[in-house]
Amino acid sequence: MHFTRRETLAMGAGAALLTVLPFRANAAVDDLIAEFTGGAELADAGVELTAPEIAENGNTVPIEVSAPGATAIMVLAAGNPTPPVATFNFGPLAASQSASTRIRLAGTQDVIAVAQLADGSFARQSKTVKVTIGGCGG
Amino acid sequence: MISRRDFLQVSMAASALVGASGFGNWSRLAAQQALTQDQLLQFETFGNVSLIHITDIHAQMKPIFFREPEINLGVGENKGEVPHVTGADFRRLFGIEDGSPSHYALTYNDFSSLARGYGKVGGLDRVATVVNAIRADRPDAILLDGGDTWHGSYTCLKTQGQDMVNVMNALKPDAMTFHWEFTLGSERVNEIVEGLPFAALGQNIFDAEWDEPAEMFKPYKFFERGGVKVAVIGQAFPYMPIANPGWMFPEYSFGIRDEHMQEMVDEVRGMGAELVVCLSHNGFDVDKKMAGIVKGIDVILSGHTHDALPEPVLVGETIIVASGSNGKFVSRVDLDVRDGRMMGFHHKLIPIFSDVITPDAQVSALIDEQRAPFKTELEEVIGQTDSLLYRRGNFNGSWDDLICDALLSEREADIAMSPGVRWGPSLLPGQDITREDIYNVTSMTYGKAYRSEMTGEFIKVILEDVADNIFNPDPYYQQGGDMVRIGGMAYRIDITKPQGERISDMTLIKSGEVLDPAKNYVVAGWASVNEGTEGPQIWDVVENHIRKEGTIRLEPNTSVEVVGA
Repeated sequence: MHFTRRETLAMGAGAALLTVLPFRANAAVDDLIAEFTGGAELADAGVELTAPEIAENGNTVPIEVSAPGATAIMVLAAGNPTPPVATFNFGPLAASQSASTRIRLAGTQDVIAVAQLADGSFARQSKTVKVTIGGCGG
Repeated sequence: MISRRDFLQVSMAASALVGASGFGNWSRLAAQQALTQDQLLQFETFGNVSLIHITDIHAQMKPIFFREPEINLGVGENKGEVPHVTGADFRRLFGIEDGSPSHYALTYNDFSSLARGYGKVGGLDRVATVVNAIRADRPDAILLDGGDTWHGSYTCLKTQGQDMVNVMNALKPDAMTFHWEFTLGSERVNEIVEGLPFAALGQNIFDAEWDEPAEMFKPYKFFERGGVKVAVIGQAFPYMPIANPGWMFPEYSFGIRDEHMQEMVDEVRGMGAELVVCLSHNGFDVDKKMAGIVKGIDVILSGHTHDALPEPVLVGETIIVASGSNGKFVSRVDLDVRDGRMMGFHHKLIPIFSDVITPDAQVSALIDEQRAPFKTELEEVIGQTDSLLYRRGNFNGSWDDLICDALLSEREADIAMSPGVRWGPSLLPGQDITREDIYNVTSMTYGKAYRSEMTGEFIKVILEDVADNIFNPDPYYQQGGDMVRIGGMAYRIDITKPQGERISDMTLIKSGEVLDPAKNYVVAGWASVNEGTEGPQIWDVVENHIRKEGTIRLEPNTSVEVVGA
């Protein structure tokens, strides 16, 4: 039997680009949050983070953050080599305190949103976004 | 409120089909004497609205055999919960007598002998008879198709789904949602959907570029039935671009999007909906979780995971109905809706016993018409089987063992991989294997059989990845389907562990050699979701293998050691 080299390589190349084991959050994330909040307590309620449970494409994952009345929302990708994604600042004339963007995720990890609320307190929400090889649907 | 009595009535409906003649003693005639079409359809019309649900037909227009799974493990909160109950435990749970028609229809034990007694199941001409009978009781019953309809057979592949569209249109569904349909490619899907005489629904089908609801697919549709305003919300398979090749439908994005589902429920309630039905292709465990999060859905008609349940499952005030696959079952749900809310229901999972239910002549003729141009190719006998060939099961099925054997020998590989899909009918020992049978378990628009070198480490990464898609304790991170089937290699899996720690003891079967993470192995597989995959079509690989073997004899597969079940 004869196989062309091209045929042999075709699938391997596509698959080998992906690494799928979960990435651990690095300590820098805690430091970044502390820097943003000045070490203040983080409430669970007050900020909404919308992200897919499983990314359709890890290179461009749509996320949305929203925190009524907030002055700023920081977004971190805890498992990326460079965790800071963006910090959205809202001035007093902002019609709504929400923002959406697309982010790149190096692998399965937590995406974290921290908001500074109107009263100066802070709130945090995180979501695990899975990045997977895929295949094998029922 | 829903009374316990309603549930009991439901559970008995299926098991009341008498099959009294003792165990293992079946002659075809004796078994079928106990069954009549009237018994199968017996139902006391209730309330003011009727729903008819069929799902995951996978293009099976003709009667088939279909063996239910022996292994279907639940994890986390779903451990030991339906639908993760099989065999004798399933029969005890639902009060099903051993050897009864329900035993044959719903569980795997003694499948070959019961199949000889009770005969084939399914056939869309039989389904048409059942649908028409329900419509005779309740002319404005709503027929809902849960998707995975335009995929899964030779004729469906060759006609790009047109055969199924033609036959389903004759059944006059009221709405449909989607999964494998999208593997026809978005252009073809758009072309068919534009011409559909019923609603194409999916609240979670979004435009990928703008992340906004896609124009082609509406989130919901209103029906005025029996004086009741009924809203049907569609939920397509959430993980289409991940589980299937996203490059075939790049314009679309999916996801569970339960917050958008809640918005839609609130929207239809605000518009006066008295009954909210979700036609879902989420899979059962995802539907169960969603029912606990989204408030205000009365009925979820659940598809994707191919579970057939004789009773609905109740989550809060939502009932979840699971109607099996491959045309084997139709669910009827009668609802009493008064004062803007669901006050009670009757439900019956109707097994389609092909020899008992008279086919609808018009639909029979229509099916034959679709098949006529391909008759010779469909019917060609490629070989015979001495073993029962089936697919369902979390870790392996004999059809996949055969496909993996074909890949190993025809593609000269160390290790074979076959996707853990749940479609594909069964063949009994002694049956011929025709070309149609091979396509029934392999046909797809991305069926090329690749051959590749992978390191031992990468093979483990793949197994860990797929295992997490099935055994992640949070259903929202599950994609449905089963474990990738492996030929040529044994392994151990602990389903209770987190991703990265489930798989161990990977060993080449032929040499007993433990896989070296750094060494390369030749792997043959099919159904890659990557664009540009090259190789022969899997059905040709399998056909060549069966021709050489002549008669297929398979030993029980013991290569996967399962821990934590």
